[in-house]
Amino acid sequence: MNKEAAKTPSKKAINGAEALIKCLEGFGVEYIWGLSGGAAIPIFDALVGSKIKLILTRHEQGATHMADGYARVTGKPGVVLVTSGPGATNTVTGILTAMMDSVPMIVLTGQTITSMLGKDAFQEADISGITMPVVKHSYLVKNTNDIPRIVKEAWHICQTGRPGPVLIDLPKDITSAPFSGDSLDPEMDIPGYKKDTPSPHKADIVKMAKFFKGKKKPLLLVGHGAVLSNAGAAIKKLAEKLGAPVTNTLLGKGEFPETHPLSLGMLGMHGTAYANKALINCDLILSIGSRWDDRINGNNNEFCVNAKKLHIDVDFSEINKIVKPDAWVVGQAREVVEELVKLVDPLDTADWLKELEYYKKEFPLKYSKTNGLTAQQVIDTCYKVTQGRAIVSTDVGQHQMWAAQFYLSDKGNYWLSSGGAGTMGYGFPAAVGAQFAAPKDLVVAIVGDGGFQMTLYELSTVFIHKLPVKVLIIDNKYLGMVRQWQELFFDNRLSGVDLEGNPDFVKLAEAYGVKGFHMDKPENCESVMRDAMNYKGPCVIHAEVIKEDNVFPMIPAGKSAFHMIVEKPTTKMEKPSGST
Amino acid sequence: MDTLPLHTISVLVANKPGVLVRIALVFARRGYNINSLVVSPTINPKFSRMTITAKGDLETLEQIIKNVNKLIDVIHCEEHPANTVEKELALLKTKASPAVKAFVAKNARKFHVRIDDASEGCYIIEQTGTTLELDEFEALIKKYGVLEMIRTGKILITRGQEKT
Repeated sequence: MNKEAAKTPSKKAINGAEALIKCLEGFGVEYIWGLSGGAAIPIFDALVGSKIKLILTRHEQGATHMADGYARVTGKPGVVLVTSGPGATNTVTGILTAMMDSVPMIVLTGQTITSMLGKDAFQEADISGITMPVVKHSYLVKNTNDIPRIVKEAWHICQTGRPGPVLIDLPKDITSAPFSGDSLDPEMDIPGYKKDTPSPHKADIVKMAKFFKGKKKPLLLVGHGAVLSNAGAAIKKLAEKLGAPVTNTLLGKGEFPETHPLSLGMLGMHGTAYANKALINCDLILSIGSRWDDRINGNNNEFCVNAKKLHIDVDFSEINKIVKPDAWVVGQAREVVEELVKLVDPLDTADWLKELEYYKKEFPLKYSKTNGLTAQQVIDTCYKVTQGRAIVSTDVGQHQMWAAQFYLSDKGNYWLSSGGAGTMGYGFPAAVGAQFAAPKDLVVAIVGDGGFQMTLYELSTVFIHKLPVKVLIIDNKYLGMVRQWQELFFDNRLSGVDLEGNPDFVKLAEAYGVKGFHMDKPENCESVMRDAMNYKGPCVIHAEVIKEDNVFPMIPAGKSAFHMIVEKPTTKMEKPSGST
Repeated sequence: MDTLPLHTISVLVANKPGVLVRIALVFARRGYNINSLVVSPTINPKFSRMTITAKGDLETLEQIIKNVNKLIDVIHCEEHPANTVEKELALLKTKASPAVKAFVAKNARKFHVRIDDASEGCYIIEQTGTTLELDEFEALIKKYGVLEMIRTGKILITRGQEKT
């Protein structure tokens, strides 16, 4: 497309794909991550000469996680473009990841021509059908002139209310046909979408505020909803006014600074002992954008039994789903907390904070430096060397929990992790997306040897775009979290967890043109970490750690915080009743 | 399953392909079995009405209604327990016999039944009424031998000014 056409779209004929790209340009889309293929060629063609930068990934899953990482850091939707059939199905894991963690994303899929739909055409997959349970909304476009309206609706839907992924399936004949619509900025037609920005009811907030009166042991629980609505400053005001300690979920990490004296860090299955003690002993708990997920709730019958439970959520369907709250407000976390601060009075929490200080001293997070290099030491060193300023993206498993424990975060959108879906292979490509979003920031992907091997092919993307991402591989030659469960609950009968025969990760990095570092001793951990973090380009840090370490504290799945263990028990444990 | 209460849920939806699948998925994922489902036009061609009856516990029902309401193509979704007019239509095929004819005639007023068709030795009996009335009549006519039966599923509309 020449420059003239871009300026006066109405005078030159454009096709559906060009209309699509113009709409996305209009929204200020900077990047599209994707992988081409037959049915999507018209769309890739329309990107030639566009101001949107196309980032060619090596696999569609990588594209979705990059878009996800970009979205979590910027708050803007990440856009993915893939072809039909297997190209489309390869995005499903990334879509689920975004859906479970409420990440705004648009996935554009090429599709076979409309006359062949349902006839098993080459590379045909009913992707809108396949993804229906894991998208916020989806479209199968049947008319070229509908493209601008659909893209506008998708852009609006994916990032308002509770954000989530929206899929647009685009048959090749629809993107190839001339666009003859009146406008590239038409009216939306979504009368059912009235819940885009629910404004909180004042009366509900007033009712909620009354519960704080006279409470001695309040606890604030910060979830991802707080991050998504930038509620950090308001939560800080509330916590300091009340004198209330603050704990966070895995995804709520950083929105209230974990370095703040009132912070207890993460709670739940592998949360800090003091956060879980607070959970047991509090007389009031306020969830700010957390959905009382089973990783923190464990067993609903024993959950905060002596506490009044208050719930702020933008999504009405989260109210009453797991916990029956004594009061609730539907609305954006920031908006609600800002109002709530005005309505509460300071509480006398001196004894409560003293009690929690005792737990902090009694049950600190700790690790040994005398029996070989541990993952905890590596992550703690990374935290100290980077002075806690890096954007950290994790994969899923033991290293993820250790990263949550030892890499304290002071910014909600500087912590990226697949919480709901628990997607192995997420960490590295999400870090790549984050680096696109924040080119000047230090971005560290903390990954395990198992998860990294699921999406490591994106080292090509890092190399080609000269992205200085630091990939810290915590290599224990096991799928460590499952091994830990098998050790603790299944008589150490190891099954399907042994990763002996891993590649030489330094050589692997070098094969991709990426610098490799190696560490395997407590003594050289800091110097290698320093060299790696100061290295100007992309690098892989291979940290060979002791093989059979366990994450503690731990609450067995399906149990309440009462059953927390802080070290390996001497007696045999019963098999957990909860899911995974 | 049989001891669980039967709920009637009324859903106003955008008249678009795929809406039914989205709604059915919300029920299926939570193990709710749909007993009957009626999709019909409304006075506005942009929207359709679904009337669904399903069995299950109240807690799950609350989740289902909230999650159906979340769907972009759903205008609203509500349970309608009372203050509605409810109707359902049944067609029953029996062998043609004087006994059946007499039985239908005798119950014509009470059960709103009539013989719609008599051909090749069969009657087709039509009944309109509440779900309960249809159940009752079905139980009574069974002793004459029912060859086939089909029911439309329940539809309902709220009384007075309130919108369905």
